[in-house]
Amino acid sequence: MSLQVFWFLLVAVLFIGYFVLEGFDYGVGMLMPIIGRKSEVKKRVVLNTIGPVWDGNEVWLLTAGGAMFAAFPEWYASLFSGFYLALLLILVGLIARACAIEWRSKINDDKWRRWCDVGIGLGSWIPALAWGLAFANIVHGVKLNEKRQIEGNLFDLLHPYALLGGLTTLLLFLLHGAIFISLKTGGEVRDDAQAIIRKIFVPTALVVAVFGIWTQLAYGNGWTWIPLVAAVIGLVIAGFAATQGRDGWAFTGTALTILAATALLFGSLFPNVLPSTIDAAYSLSVDGRDGTISASSTHYTLVVMSWVAVVMVPLVLCYQAWTYWVFRKRLTMEQIPAPIGLPLESAKK
Amino acid sequence: MSVVDVARWQFGITTVYHFIFVPLTIGLAPLVAGMQTAWVVTGKEHWKRLTKFFGKLFLINFALGVATGIVQEFQFGMGWSEYSRFVGDVFGAPLAMEALVAFFMESTFLGLWIFGWDRLPKKVHLACIWLVAIGVNASAYFIIAANSFMQHPVGAKYNPETGRAELHSIWEVITNVTTLAAFPHVVAGAFLTSGTFVAGIAGWWMVRRVRQSQQNGDTTHIDEARTMWRPVAKLGMWVIVFSAVALAITGDIQGKLMFKQQPMKMASAESLCHTETDPDFSVLTVGTHNNCDSVDHLIEVPYVLPFLAEGKIDGVTLQGVNDLQAEYNAKYGPGDYRPNLFVTYWTFRAMITWMAGSLLLVAAGLWVLRRGRVPDQKWFAWLSLLAIATPFLGNSAGWVFTEMGRQPWVVAPNPTGDPNIHMTVQQGVSGVSAGTILTSLIVFTLLYGILAIAWFYLMKRYVVEGPEPAPTDDDTPKMTGEPVEKLSFAY
Repeated sequence: MSLQVFWFLLVAVLFIGYFVLEGFDYGVGMLMPIIGRKSEVKKRVVLNTIGPVWDGNEVWLLTAGGAMFAAFPEWYASLFSGFYLALLLILVGLIARACAIEWRSKINDDKWRRWCDVGIGLGSWIPALAWGLAFANIVHGVKLNEKRQIEGNLFDLLHPYALLGGLTTLLLFLLHGAIFISLKTGGEVRDDAQAIIRKIFVPTALVVAVFGIWTQLAYGNGWTWIPLVAAVIGLVIAGFAATQGRDGWAFTGTALTILAATALLFGSLFPNVLPSTIDAAYSLSVDGRDGTISASSTHYTLVVMSWVAVVMVPLVLCYQAWTYWVFRKRLTMEQIPAPIGLPLESAKK
Repeated sequence: MSVVDVARWQFGITTVYHFIFVPLTIGLAPLVAGMQTAWVVTGKEHWKRLTKFFGKLFLINFALGVATGIVQEFQFGMGWSEYSRFVGDVFGAPLAMEALVAFFMESTFLGLWIFGWDRLPKKVHLACIWLVAIGVNASAYFIIAANSFMQHPVGAKYNPETGRAELHSIWEVITNVTTLAAFPHVVAGAFLTSGTFVAGIAGWWMVRRVRQSQQNGDTTHIDEARTMWRPVAKLGMWVIVFSAVALAITGDIQGKLMFKQQPMKMASAESLCHTETDPDFSVLTVGTHNNCDSVDHLIEVPYVLPFLAEGKIDGVTLQGVNDLQAEYNAKYGPGDYRPNLFVTYWTFRAMITWMAGSLLLVAAGLWVLRRGRVPDQKWFAWLSLLAIATPFLGNSAGWVFTEMGRQPWVVAPNPTGDPNIHMTVQQGVSGVSAGTILTSLIVFTLLYGILAIAWFYLMKRYVVEGPEPAPTDDDTPKMTGEPVEKLSFAY
């Protein structure tokens, strides 16, 4: 296996890590106002299921971005300048979300919390939709011209396949999040989460299946049937386990579906990293095979980065796994302490 | 405005904004870790109260640092895609390493620290904040190594076939002499910021507590001032002293490097227009300063500049802006290679001058705290508060000088390196429309503006509120393994 292929795999792994881990974070963010619409305590139970881990989960995205920059600078440059406004939307969401999560409990006031909920909402709904949209566009191909620039505007990204991709990640993350909440909570909140799972499971499974089959038939190759089948198996496991109240298995199921769906997308893309719909010769690929343009860094850079990744990625996985172990207990409404935030206005001295 | 102008404004605004919060994070993490260590080692309850108090401020600040940092990771590709293509082979490596080595560490262990007060053994919990402190400083190292490559490219060769700068030694990149000088300078600046922050807040609280005691005629408040605020104020002051010394030394080293590596930057910092032997150091000039024609030096000091440049007081010839401009024209083709003289001249002076705020606080503080005293002077409370802002201004001024001083380059040519590795901002900008970047510029500025207001409001509220009252029982009971009634912390 060439180093270019190894790095393509590694970028895929980083995005898998990002989608599996932030997938439920976004689901939690989306479901927080729904499950907690009548009860602030419920809202806090939902939010605190990701309390200690959401920041570490988000780093998977930063690392994926950094890895693209280091290993495939042409990909990084063309993609992010080409998807400028779409990425801006995601960034606005992520900025608002980070501050809102961290600052929400700092002031004990309904209006303050409402604004923070808006921030968490923006930062959960937008990326959940936009990442599917973006990846569907990457697999589908973009109007990449001879100057390695993507032509067109934001609306060119909104074709049926891409919109279905956006809907797929949105629903999948919603389901993943609901199952995560069910896994991490007890009592009423868990019941609410399971009610939501029952409501959204069938539509989600249908959308994921249609998107998966469309991807496979239009862009897939022989071996991408494997991740497609794995994604479906994951959904079956999730659905079956959820009805039995086996949260751990259900979570494993949606995690497998997200992993396999991401693998399907990256597998359908390979060996390209950004196909051009104008001319195949303008496409960016991992190593410039078949007359395309190589997006990769030099061999030396890839060697250096491989060593760093081979040492650091397992280490990161270990200590992140340990974090999840430390905070493995289910949360209930009884465990949530009274708000400790300061009042909005300081007391008159 | 042209694309390059809008893109520069955007990068400038978002980066300066990011770097308001970053130094406080870098400097405060080790101080909070130190306070917690003091609590674990001595068992004195007030160190725990201080850890929690400054920890809260640290977290409010950390959130905005993270939020604004996300943008930077993608902005190179969004706004500066041609630059990213040109140097991606070199520049991407430290960025990816930063994420893999540092970002994961700080964010994961910070989560453990925030939520782990009653879940982790005391020493493991303490190790978490130390890992955060190491992580934030490690990330600074990698990103400064990346930036130093733009100031002084080393470890790379130009490949004419691909038209890219290609990495040939990662060791040279991460031990770039520019990095080795810039990193301790930035860290010293961060420690100055956090030292001033801690000393300033403690100074203000001391006066407040002492005056409260005087009014009430009791001693509880004055006792708190003496046992809790006084030691932490002195801690902050000693941090200021050490970091000020470190700033001076590292600043001098950096200056000497800059005279060699980026003569145009230093010439414009001095508004030195013509090549001269033993020029005087300019203290004050008047004029519009955007070009050499209007520069009028009012106050000048001899011997200083030759010393700053080469460490001796005479026999030093320094190149002037006009002569360098002619030289660059011959070397790199026609163009304007001069940075904005007004900005480089004044930000260089502002950077140094703002340090006076922290030094004044130390001088006054060590006087009013002499021999076990606790201060009750109102002016000292005011000075403490005002001093807090000054290192932030100094940090910004320093970075604006560093970055605007390398204009018009985005990768400044290294006089002793590969002559083909250089790029102007004009060549580095993305092929997107000015309107697109203007949209994001407006969005970021508005969003950041709102968040800055919220950040300031939260910081102020929590500083004024002060630490939680001393608990009646000594310690948070450990309950791991048993059903926990309430979480020690929940969002």
